[in-house]
Amino acid sequence: MARVILVTGVARDLGARFARALAEDETLDVIGVDVTPPRHDLGQVSFVRADIRNPVIGKVIKARAVETVVHMAIVASPGRAGRSSMKEINVIGTMQLLAACQKADSFRKLVVQSSVSVYGASPRDPAKFTEDMSPRAQPRTGFAKDALEIESYVRGLGRRRPDVAVTTLRLANLMGAGVDSQLSRFLSLPVVPRVMGYDARLQFLHPSDAIAALLEVTRHTYRGTYNVAAPDVVSLTQALRLMGRPAVGLPQQCGPMIAGMLRQARLGDWSSDQIAALTYGRAMDTTRFVTTTGLAPRFTSREALEEFVSVSAPGLLSAQRVDQALTSVSSLLEGVRRG
Amino acid sequence: MADAEIIQLGSSGRAGRGSGTTPSAAARGLAPGKRSAGGGSAGRSKSGNRSRPRGSAAVRQAEPVEPIEPVDASDPGGVADPDEEFGPGQESDLTQEADPAQEAGPEQPATVIEDPIEAAELGTDPAIESDPPADQSEDRAENQAEDHPEDQDQGAATEPPDNPGGALNELAALLRTALAQLQNLPVDQFKDLGRDPLKTVLQLAATLGVDWQESIEEIVEFTRSRLSGQYAIDEFGFDPEFTTKVFLPIMRPLAQHWFRVEVRGIENVPTTGSALLVSNHAGTLPIDGLVLHSVVYDEIGRHVRMLGADLIFKTPYSHDFARRTGTTLACQEDAERLLASDHLVAVFPEGFKGLGKPYADRYKLQRFGRGGFVSAAVRAQVPLVPISIVGSEEIYPLIASAPTLARALGAPYFPITPLFPWFGLLGLVPLPSKWIIQFGEAITTDELPPGAADDPMVVFNVTDQVRETIQQSLYAMLMQRRSAFF
Repeated sequence: MARVILVTGVARDLGARFARALAEDETLDVIGVDVTPPRHDLGQVSFVRADIRNPVIGKVIKARAVETVVHMAIVASPGRAGRSSMKEINVIGTMQLLAACQKADSFRKLVVQSSVSVYGASPRDPAKFTEDMSPRAQPRTGFAKDALEIESYVRGLGRRRPDVAVTTLRLANLMGAGVDSQLSRFLSLPVVPRVMGYDARLQFLHPSDAIAALLEVTRHTYRGTYNVAAPDVVSLTQALRLMGRPAVGLPQQCGPMIAGMLRQARLGDWSSDQIAALTYGRAMDTTRFVTTTGLAPRFTSREALEEFVSVSAPGLLSAQRVDQALTSVSSLLEGVRRG
Repeated sequence: MADAEIIQLGSSGRAGRGSGTTPSAAARGLAPGKRSAGGGSAGRSKSGNRSRPRGSAAVRQAEPVEPIEPVDASDPGGVADPDEEFGPGQESDLTQEADPAQEAGPEQPATVIEDPIEAAELGTDPAIESDPPADQSEDRAENQAEDHPEDQDQGAATEPPDNPGGALNELAALLRTALAQLQNLPVDQFKDLGRDPLKTVLQLAATLGVDWQESIEEIVEFTRSRLSGQYAIDEFGFDPEFTTKVFLPIMRPLAQHWFRVEVRGIENVPTTGSALLVSNHAGTLPIDGLVLHSVVYDEIGRHVRMLGADLIFKTPYSHDFARRTGTTLACQEDAERLLASDHLVAVFPEGFKGLGKPYADRYKLQRFGRGGFVSAAVRAQVPLVPISIVGSEEIYPLIASAPTLARALGAPYFPITPLFPWFGLLGLVPLPSKWIIQFGEAITTDELPPGAADDPMVVFNVTDQVRETIQQSLYAMLMQRRSAFF
């Protein structure tokens, strides 16, 4: 009998790509679940339109004798539906899904996509977080709090069903061609507001590396929590210069006000923990994942960002313009030196 | 120090406060070389004397005053008496002014009048001539008479050779020469320089030693790589290009020409592999860390990675600068991560307690945290190199710390120095003290038994060993140095 794998959140980009790649394996029976129909071609995946916030999901799991659940229906930014809907999908959806899983006898394995946000961000953070570290500043709002609650429910399931292999992957911010996230929209603003006096360290993960990691832990069994990210970091200044975007430094106290303005302008909903991450920076240590699975990300943070830069519109301070300006300055300086 | 001394409790006077005129044995034992002991007792004895009948005081002061006056007058530039609050340079002027007043009152003793206002009054107002100066001079004379045996008691051995009076004197002399030089400035030359500012800046950079050793094309290429983000940073945010091409060229003249750093024992710093450098911390602002980085890089070509308090990373610009130049948060995880990857790591275990200590407590090591740096070094089995920095205490003499204002600003202390905040940004110019950085012999940790890092007793012992080594070499260097500024 083929292994039956249920993937939630397949309507979204990463979920769809992962489910399609997983279904290429003939021995696996992949079921994709989401509330909205998928925008992408799902290939061999059989799509079931269901809401994980509804007990109906339990019937799907029981009827299809699902063995592995890959939970990717996690919303990182509020979008049009607003924060309350986001919280409902993240927290209530996870609760319902896990409750349904716990009841199913066929259920043996759970893979959860979590986020780097669980580490919070504060000036007291170590340079790199390992899986065993807890946040120095407990996230109280937004996605970070959701991610923490999701992880606590997942741990609860692991306690109640010790026979189930639970794997949690904490993914870094996705970056690469075609990535549409809050961070990528932020970096693409014509003039980027930033907190002055701080240079955050940003760590990225290319979507192809994220999918490779998810495939690896779905196909084989690795219990526990793993950080998945590119090994290096890029500073926010560097990222903005690569993007060719001029930045406006604003005092830290203006953070909430700017976030409110961005929200009004529908340019993204920034919670305080996300602003903190863009202020103090945050990076993860990926040693455990790389040594356990032997799978190192193919893209560095810088390469992932460069790929994103190559497909996005050039900014006001694009490399070409900077070159022109510098050439004229150097000719002026040469003139001074000679004369 | 005082750990073997038996202190009898309740033997005399108020507990723990001494007899009122001299500091208690405990206080003296805990504070070797603490000069404020004499000053404090002088203040107290002064107020105490007010109630005494004047006659007896006059009788007592008559003898010891005579030897004091000639000493001060004949030696205006030399090493001043530790109890003097003002430099001899000022004194010699004032005593001259005061002379007629002394002649007028025959029964007045010859004395040093420290307050310029008093001196002025003495010269002008005949009504005051007869009585009040006599009263004041009696008090003063007696203070000096009482204080002198005490100084001999404490002994020169525990006393660092410099003192506030001497330091201020040297500073005054320095300022005077600077003013004299300012008067002979060639004004025309400045006008010439102003005509072509670009050229001036380039020339100025060359004379200051900010030598990029590169042609203009290369500078432009550097700017291009910076502006297009084509440079690398490591996982801690350290930017080697910025550090070697911008930060260190700025620090070099400061270290070599302003502080005239003398480096001793650089051979104790390993040129390969990791080591933990442990240093004393002083000077109100952490300039010593920056100078240490510059000096070690110039001597052996290795970057020193500092561990800094979280306030550094909470403060705007300081966060940015610290990360770029290789500082990371002083926590166990980061220390171990750096030591595991063959870095030279420097730590200042005194932290803000060392930086923000008053000038009177200079070169007295504060508590060394919880010894977390030692357990990190023991776990990584890397040597500890004790570093003693002399000179850093004098760059911003902290005379007060305005705790209320500091609390309002969320800072550990608000520095009040002789120049700051009175002279605004000018007060941020560090005084040009003469620095000596001594790298002590490395303390190895690889012979300790496994698990020693988690044994608090071993960690405390090693911490004490490092602390004592630094403190002893600080005292030894203070005995040797001629003055704080030359």
